[in-house]
Amino acid sequence: MKPIESFEVPPPPKVNYINAKYGLKSWLLTKDHKRIALLYLGSITFFFFIGGIYALMIRLELLTPQGDFMESTTYNKVFTQHGIIMIFFFLIPSIPATLGNFLIPMMIGAKDLAFPRINLLSWYVYMLGGVITIYALLAGGVDTGWTFYTPFSTTFSNSYVVATGLGIFINGFSSILTGLNFIVTIHTMRAPGMTWMRMPLFLWSHYATSLIMVLGTPVIAITILLLAFERVARVGIFDPALGGDPVLFQHLFWFYSHPAVYIMVLPSMGVISELIANFSRKNIFGYSFVAFSSIAIAVFGFLVWGHHLFVTSQSVYAGMIFSFLSFAVAIPSAIKVFNWTATLYKSSISYDTPMLYALGFIGLFTIGGMTGLFLASLAVDVHVSDTYFVVAHFHYIMVGGALMGYLGGLHYWWPKISGRMYPEGWGRFSALVIYVGFNLTFLPQFVAGYLGMPRRYHAYPPEFQVFNVLSSAGASILGFGMLIPAIYFVWSMRYGRHAEPNPWHLPGLEWRTSSPPPTENFEVTPVVTWDAYEFAPREETEVVGKFRPELERI
Amino acid sequence: MQQGWIPLIPESASTVSWKVDALYFYLSGVTLFFALLISSVLVFFVIRYRRRTPYEIPRPVAGSHKLETLWTVIPFVIAMTMFGWGASVYFDQYKPPENAIEVYVVGKQWMWKLQHATGQREINELHVPVGRKVKLIMTTEDVIHDFYVPAFRTKADVIPGRYTTLWFEATKTGKYHLFCAEYCGMNHSGMTGSVIVMEQREFDDWLSGNTGSTTPATAGQQLYQTLGCASCHGANGEGGRGPTLAGIFGKQQQLQSGQTVTVDEAYIRESVTNPQAKLVVGFGPIMPTFQGQVSEDQLVQLIAFIKSLHASGETAPTQAASPATTTARPGASPTRNVR
Repeated sequence: MKPIESFEVPPPPKVNYINAKYGLKSWLLTKDHKRIALLYLGSITFFFFIGGIYALMIRLELLTPQGDFMESTTYNKVFTQHGIIMIFFFLIPSIPATLGNFLIPMMIGAKDLAFPRINLLSWYVYMLGGVITIYALLAGGVDTGWTFYTPFSTTFSNSYVVATGLGIFINGFSSILTGLNFIVTIHTMRAPGMTWMRMPLFLWSHYATSLIMVLGTPVIAITILLLAFERVARVGIFDPALGGDPVLFQHLFWFYSHPAVYIMVLPSMGVISELIANFSRKNIFGYSFVAFSSIAIAVFGFLVWGHHLFVTSQSVYAGMIFSFLSFAVAIPSAIKVFNWTATLYKSSISYDTPMLYALGFIGLFTIGGMTGLFLASLAVDVHVSDTYFVVAHFHYIMVGGALMGYLGGLHYWWPKISGRMYPEGWGRFSALVIYVGFNLTFLPQFVAGYLGMPRRYHAYPPEFQVFNVLSSAGASILGFGMLIPAIYFVWSMRYGRHAEPNPWHLPGLEWRTSSPPPTENFEVTPVVTWDAYEFAPREETEVVGKFRPELERI
Repeated sequence: MQQGWIPLIPESASTVSWKVDALYFYLSGVTLFFALLISSVLVFFVIRYRRRTPYEIPRPVAGSHKLETLWTVIPFVIAMTMFGWGASVYFDQYKPPENAIEVYVVGKQWMWKLQHATGQREINELHVPVGRKVKLIMTTEDVIHDFYVPAFRTKADVIPGRYTTLWFEATKTGKYHLFCAEYCGMNHSGMTGSVIVMEQREFDDWLSGNTGSTTPATAGQQLYQTLGCASCHGANGEGGRGPTLAGIFGKQQQLQSGQTVTVDEAYIRESVTNPQAKLVVGFGPIMPTFQGQVSEDQLVQLIAFIKSLHASGETAPTQAASPATTTARPGASPTRNVR
């Protein structure tokens, strides 16, 4: 096996995927997965900032117990739109459509995804859904909560429910197309020697995510369609006044929307596996356990939707079954956390920005996951469901988990994506600011929730103010922390130091080509003869740790 | 006011609240333990195994099935203790009690309308005696709401077209928050109120100071006459062209379709608003629908009247504490319930 430093990386070619062609048309009609990833990166960043502005508006309103910053109707629209934009237009596409799109072909040694045209189509579908949703927001907005519970959404709300629903409906197809593309690509386009058990864990987690995208998204599409039928044509499906059943909606909605949480967090877990292994130069402890736990999460994730209905007059026996399954789905996540931690044992840990995000992820995800056990416990859920405890919990998963993974991954692969280095000092600083801001925002919400503060309240009893002030203070720090990377990423595209092909000295296939890569990714199709995360020293003297012959593999 | 003597825990004022708190402490303890364990191991590793020279490579390590088994089995066992404990307290929270004071609750954007079995009406306030089981029979006129009293650690959704129940037994006098916990539109955060727990004696005074209103059963009886129910079901529900109503509450009813149904609030409501849905065996589809003619409040009164009818045919309006024979148990016999 050859040392990492001596990989035969061709000298940086004059032509790479970014400067191969110029002009708007060359971007809008591109079939290159890397360019499409950048199209996605730009669009999800746009939506992220809209969602972020809504978040700051919420925190501003909740500074005081009275509803004094905006009207209650406005507030209801703001939190609804925060949820819809962040979930459907940022978190769900975030890692898969940008990092996944860019890296899946590169990591398996392929020239592109299996269906490049479908890949471009998925971006157009996403944008169409986004434009319709933005239209609905500008035309008057929507006030149903991102959960669209019936019969409020079908009969009582006077806002743009159908237009927003249409946007989400269309957007869902981009998810399905992306998932389909990834599954076929991973099955059929792996380079010679890239066996399933040699794949980086990023690919396993994207494979699991894609399964959920393909199998789950149609259900939300059907549900939105039924909702629109009832709202427009007054067909009785969910509204009891028309002969429907309002709880049926909740079953259908959560049948997709609970697995959707795993669409958001599984790719992030894949990023974290990469970061932990590569920045400690160690193979992942228990590779196959980490790989198959992703699949287990995808499968079990489909069986736990009923834990959103513990207080909805669901039979207590059904509640028990869903509670049991919800505890079961926590185990694969625990296995991942233990394996990541064990990987660091006797490793060589660097303190680069991506690793700071990865370490932060493990801490935050542990809290997020463990508080999920509170909600799976039937009796405690009865008290805290629909309170700020739930709000805090899912932000720990979605921001502390999914967003931290996304930011960590973006820093890690930025040299490959842009061909430039980001400023390391600013990177570390902003990671710390974000970490502190995040915890200050959401830790107090656990307490407010257990004390009984209901979510989606525009005004609240004064005894909850102290927690809300802390939360709002944290949110301003968090918002400030997010601006720093936004600024330096843009800055680095022009002024950053040029990146070497393999700035982190790693064995992965994506680092064995130039930065930024050529349009076809590799000059010659690589032949894989090594496992994922198989590091080799330049000289035997550089090997640290005790020699254990039973572990030595050639 | 609302915070109890333990910091960061709300006041505990019902027979189940301490049980929920005990489980919460257990969960918090386990969470703290694992969070501290993981983070201290992380911090230790990150310092101990920091990169010392730029090109150093650690020895690779093979996994360990022993460790994997250990950290699969231990979390699973701990999770199962949480599951069992949570489920058993859940049964306490949701099992409807016998011998409870019944209060009817109708949610409406954005207020709570409550009526005691003795007739007193309240809006956004509920007066109850300490140390007595209180059962709420709840429905809504419009969207889904949720009746939530943090000090009692219990809540339940209030769903249109259904009757859901919630029960509690207050252990401490005082005034406690009542929240709507399911988002219900514009003024959702204004759909709040209080539960006022009083000594039995004070409660009796409060009840007698609020006389003058008719009990739901009596109001139901008047409705029964004015809506013309009596012409088919008999003046005292003894039956006629329509099926007998006296004494059927809580019993099984044989249907035309061959199935049986438990007569509970939901079945009566459905029979008024959609009479052809579940026809009683031996009766034709002759009853007109009363959908849109009776409000949710009136439906509740009709149900209270039917509950008060005894098989003898004599009307005996229920008193606050005698519903033992008329306790509704929606969902108690799911196998035979044809809903």
